[in-house]
Amino acid sequence: MGSQFRFRVWRGDSTGGEFKDYPVEVDEGMVVLDVIHRIQATQANDMAVRWNCKAGKCGSCSAEVNGKPRLMCMTRMNLFEPDSTITVAPMRTFGVIRDLVTDVSFNFAMAKQVPAFRPKPREADGTYRMQQEDIDRVQEFHKCIECFLCQNVCHVIRDHQEHKQHFAGPRMFVRYAALEMHPLDTNDRTELLRNKMGLGLCNITKCCTEVCPEHIHITDNAIIPLKERVVDRYYDPLTRLAHKLFGRK
Amino acid sequence: MPETKYETHQYDVIVIGAGGAGLRAAIESSALGARTALICKSLLGKAHTVMAEGGIAAALGNVYPEDNWKVHFRDTMRGGKMLNNWRMAQLHAQESPARVLELEEWGALFDRTKDGRILQRDFGGHRYARLAHVGDRTGLEMIRTLQQHAVHKGIDVFMECTINRLLMDGDRVSGAFGYRRESGKFIVFQAKAAVLATGGIGKAYQITSNSWEYTGDGHSLALWAGADLIDMEFVQFHPTGMVWPPSVRGILVTEGVRGDGGTLRNSTGERFMFRYIPPMFKAETAETEDEADRWYTDKKNARRTPDLLPRDEVARAINTEVKAGRGSPHAGVFLDIASRRDSEYIKRRLPSMYHQFKELADVDITKDPMEVGPTCHYVMGGVRVDADTAASTVKGLFAAGEVAGGMHGSNRLGGNSLSDLLVFGRRAGQGAADYARSSTGSTAASLSQIEQCSREALEPFERSGSENPYTIQQELQECMHNLVGIIRTEPELKQALDKIRTLRERSAHVKIEGHRQYNPGWHLALDLKSLLTVSECVARAALERKESRGGHTRDDYPGPDAKFAKVNVVLRERNGALSVTQEPLPEMPDELKSLFEEKK
Repeated sequence: MGSQFRFRVWRGDSTGGEFKDYPVEVDEGMVVLDVIHRIQATQANDMAVRWNCKAGKCGSCSAEVNGKPRLMCMTRMNLFEPDSTITVAPMRTFGVIRDLVTDVSFNFAMAKQVPAFRPKPREADGTYRMQQEDIDRVQEFHKCIECFLCQNVCHVIRDHQEHKQHFAGPRMFVRYAALEMHPLDTNDRTELLRNKMGLGLCNITKCCTEVCPEHIHITDNAIIPLKERVVDRYYDPLTRLAHKLFGRK
Repeated sequence: MPETKYETHQYDVIVIGAGGAGLRAAIESSALGARTALICKSLLGKAHTVMAEGGIAAALGNVYPEDNWKVHFRDTMRGGKMLNNWRMAQLHAQESPARVLELEEWGALFDRTKDGRILQRDFGGHRYARLAHVGDRTGLEMIRTLQQHAVHKGIDVFMECTINRLLMDGDRVSGAFGYRRESGKFIVFQAKAAVLATGGIGKAYQITSNSWEYTGDGHSLALWAGADLIDMEFVQFHPTGMVWPPSVRGILVTEGVRGDGGTLRNSTGERFMFRYIPPMFKAETAETEDEADRWYTDKKNARRTPDLLPRDEVARAINTEVKAGRGSPHAGVFLDIASRRDSEYIKRRLPSMYHQFKELADVDITKDPMEVGPTCHYVMGGVRVDADTAASTVKGLFAAGEVAGGMHGSNRLGGNSLSDLLVFGRRAGQGAADYARSSTGSTAASLSQIEQCSREALEPFERSGSENPYTIQQELQECMHNLVGIIRTEPELKQALDKIRTLRERSAHVKIEGHRQYNPGWHLALDLKSLLTVSECVARAALERKESRGGHTRDDYPGPDAKFAKVNVVLRERNGALSVTQEPLPEMPDELKSLFEEKK
């Protein structure tokens, strides 16, 4: 029941590299990550790849399979024709460390700059009361597994590395949205988003939404509402006046 | 210190492992003013905690006001077949509600009750609906909340950094030696205290829910440093892992499926768990399907479904059904929620199970039953610790979470792990910070010790052998699966020990090609050392315990034995030799003992 495939895997490091071919037998039900592991165990012990859960929950094994950014553990081999050639390359937006492993430290650096959650006080009985329908939209954002595929496909940084200095990227906008829409949060991140995090650079092409393995509506539910908040605050004449006179809201 | 040769850092406390326990420990230690480093084998936020699905057990009493810490304590002890360290089980039951509320204060958003409080779900072995949860991705919510909190507190994180050895100053821990995956370069931590939070040993088994990281590093580091390990014979096989297709075998299927109404059936369609109710749980388990089904909505007048017996019972039952020829086509059993709950409910309560089966197995769980079977999930055994401070038997060494032993006795209840991580993560952070503050004089590791670590780590590049580390790992996994698995016997355990000895000899001939930068073959060659160590520990302890209890079943000693009900099996290494002894359990005070008497 095994079928033959040719895997073309990018091998190299920050100084350069090339695609190498590995003929490999694939069994029923295998995903791309299984095949990479098989090559690693039998043909290339030193092939570098990140992975953990193998069930689409940890977001470690992002790569570009036949040019398409995806989680290797959730890419079934039956998507492809037997005897075909499958190309596996590291995510392009981040610098290569080795083989399929990239330097994703940009994302962790951006995460450090997100102003913390600051909750309002508890109710008199020591609890926080929240209705399910009021947290549904934030729970959608909390599904993010930090695979960074959205960051990888975002044109703002994929095509313009210099923007990494002042652009948080879709993953972080989802995080900002989760905090801004959290029913308990009292912190305000609007100015930061407008001024330092490059929210305006996003031209809502929705590439991030398309690749999200958790199907988070990144553009519609996170980025656009954040943009609206910024517009309301800084460009709506009445709100601006009110803001000037009375402070926040 | 050899500053020029090795990247060297100084801290008061180092925390090794950044899952729930490690993160919580680092947060506490840092909050108490200790300079703290958090070291993890993967990127931050990818540890196995992220895979936890069902929820965090805590007697909040939001759904059933009758619930309280005493009921939770009793459930935990009975689930562990009374072998638990009673003080740990007590602290755990008392403190987990506060730890859950704390997560909420740090931004976690749990599913809600109608009156806006934290919703709680049913789980195996818990008398009341007790698990605070977020659909079936509770672990993700927990690790993300802790991760972000730790980052905002400015804790130094060393990602993709593996620790090979603890460094010692006489009989005290004085730091750790490891390498950075990215560069392959060595890194030395000098510290007054170290917290182990490295998780489990699942990678020693062939079918496992654990990822590559769980090679028993912390267990081995502790053992090599002279600490005691207890209860290593108790390995939990989660009853429901995926079984088909082969490549996903072992991936976890949450107990929440049964908590939310799913039931186990064999190939004849029978709900077979009714035939496997052990005497200990007879009084509180439903005898008929009708009673079991009523229990989901009426806990007062109906008793719990046997589908939700503790995990050891369910895993053994599935194993027996399959062996008797009543299994599913791929040697599992059926887990059916499709015929019992409507499609919308299933998708709302179990979104990631729905996704997982759809994407990986072409099964729509709202229409068809799942095929499931036992998968190695958790080790109850671990570093022997003081319940209150999480201190091990070695000065300056602490342990929390899966790597610590005692809390769960011979079998862990579902949902008690996430709460364990929070309760004892915090206590370990506190214990380590207090110890570091009060420890006098400076500690140091000798240069010769560090040089020795470095030589050992580089050996696989310099050998002339031809062994492949992946082959050795695979053979070890097969050996543990077949000979030290769910059902054990003396001849098989002895055979396993022989095999482990041979594999250890062969592992000395592993030869690694390539260079040190991000070289998984090299990483595995180094992990083999701890994998072989913990495998031997499990087999040796299993041989010692001549009875069946919890996550340890001996075909040659099928029942529990009163003599073994009073002892822990303790492992320690002295001068390179592993010793196995039986030592008495700590005695439970009378007021707690009475909790086990009054019940029906």
